[in-house]
Amino acid sequence: MKIFRMFFRTVRDAFKSVFRNFSLSLASISCITITLIIVAISLIATLNLNNFTKVIKEDVTIIVWIKKDIESSIQATIEPMLKSNKNIESIEYKSKTKAKEEMMMQDDYFKRLMEGWSEEDNPFRHSYLVKVKDIEQIHQTAKEIEKINGVDYVDYGAGMVETLISSFKLVQKASVLVVIALAVVTTFLIVNTIKLTIYSRKREISIMRLVGASNTTIKMPFVVEGMVLGIIGSIIPIICTTYGYLVFYNHFKGQLLSPVIKLITPEPFIYMISLVVLVTGIIVGMLGSYRAVRKYLKV
Amino acid sequence: MEFIKIKNVTKQYRNGVTAIYDLNLGIKKGDFVFVIGGSGSGKSTLFKMLYREEKPTRGEIIIGGLNVGKIRNNKVYKIRRKLGIVFQDYRLLPKSTVYENVAFALEVIGAKTDDIHKKTLKALELVGLKGKIRNYPDQLSGGEQQRVAIARAIVNEPKLLLCDEPTGNLDPEKSMEIMRVLENINQTLGTTIIMTTHAKEIVNQMEKRVIVLKDGRLVKDYEKGKYANEDI
Repeated sequence: MKIFRMFFRTVRDAFKSVFRNFSLSLASISCITITLIIVAISLIATLNLNNFTKVIKEDVTIIVWIKKDIESSIQATIEPMLKSNKNIESIEYKSKTKAKEEMMMQDDYFKRLMEGWSEEDNPFRHSYLVKVKDIEQIHQTAKEIEKINGVDYVDYGAGMVETLISSFKLVQKASVLVVIALAVVTTFLIVNTIKLTIYSRKREISIMRLVGASNTTIKMPFVVEGMVLGIIGSIIPIICTTYGYLVFYNHFKGQLLSPVIKLITPEPFIYMISLVVLVTGIIVGMLGSYRAVRKYLKV
Repeated sequence: MEFIKIKNVTKQYRNGVTAIYDLNLGIKKGDFVFVIGGSGSGKSTLFKMLYREEKPTRGEIIIGGLNVGKIRNNKVYKIRRKLGIVFQDYRLLPKSTVYENVAFALEVIGAKTDDIHKKTLKALELVGLKGKIRNYPDQLSGGEQQRVAIARAIVNEPKLLLCDEPTGNLDPEKSMEIMRVLENINQTLGTTIIMTTHAKEIVNQMEKRVIVLKDGRLVKDYEKGKYANEDI
């Protein structure tokens, strides 16, 4: 019972002091608001970038060209050989007839031209479309496939893919660094702002100690107050990012610059971002208050 | 049986200044004691050691069986709950009402809401401020603010009340008002009161036990009513 009583008093006092020290609370709140907006934007950018990277990676395909005039007994051994390779995610067989049909569907000119071709005239080859699990080993895997009997050569955009992968890696590392750096700077900023507001209440803390409040009793209202500041401070960033991302997404119709760069669909994504922003606000507010109030307690 | 026992207490601050030299003192339950002395006599240091803001360098201070010097920093609240403290500068929460200021002392120790209400009103009645419970400190006179501080100090019914120059900021008339309140508390609740002061007329009028400190040493200890306007 005593715990509940103390808890409700703590929450009540926290709200009271947010409003009684409103100008200072406003300083903390705006500090949290601004930094959370920056954090949210960088988070959205990073996650979209990661998503884009993932989509591109999934798109990379090795085309395995099979030798012309291959005997069907040899051709039958190719698929099991491919399946035994550990780095291969999926295999799709494309016969030369199918290749021809696909080509014909693309263009009327091709259609007229190719309609007359018989099975023997068809210059296309049978092929396998192979997707790999680990794109970083694509070079190695392609070489292994090339050695399979009956395979003429493989095609996967060698060189281009490697450059793409290494630049993705770089961008990913950089974005993680940026987010971490931002989080650290944010915490530091907020800790200092809250320190300032608590400094002005040194007297209050000393009075609490004088009348026999235990250290926990003194700390708790400040920590809860930090939490309240964090929650209030995250309202505007949440509205901004949710609404802003929706507008952004709709304006660019879900893709940036070219159809290759797809944006993450807003529906669950913005809720997730909002949650992250809220939790970050709460944690940072609590942490800031806790650290600041500890300074004024002899422990 | 002595309620407060001070045995061979010496206090030396970190900067090398010795504020109290080998002090021995006993105070009985229900006593009203004045501690007088000029600036730098060690009054404030003695007080700080009593409410465990400072620790004695040597010797021990025992209040109601509790060795105050041995209390660890994070357990200080244990002694603070057993005593009430009144300062010259009142130390009220400026943004809380009179009622909240007094109730605060009970809230932080987790008392029941009903009890808080009853005890707070009782304490405010005792200091004669029941009519001003909704006011904020800056709407009160100095004397009234000090009475709020006294109400806060006695609201959890402590056995000991420490008053550090409680009349220091007040004119003689208001000072006597405060003294009557303290006298009343001492008589009706049986609270032991230790009070420091500069005002000789108060000490003369009250006729209590008087302890005189000078340069950190106990120089005189007058029995009740024996003090006669001596130079401090």
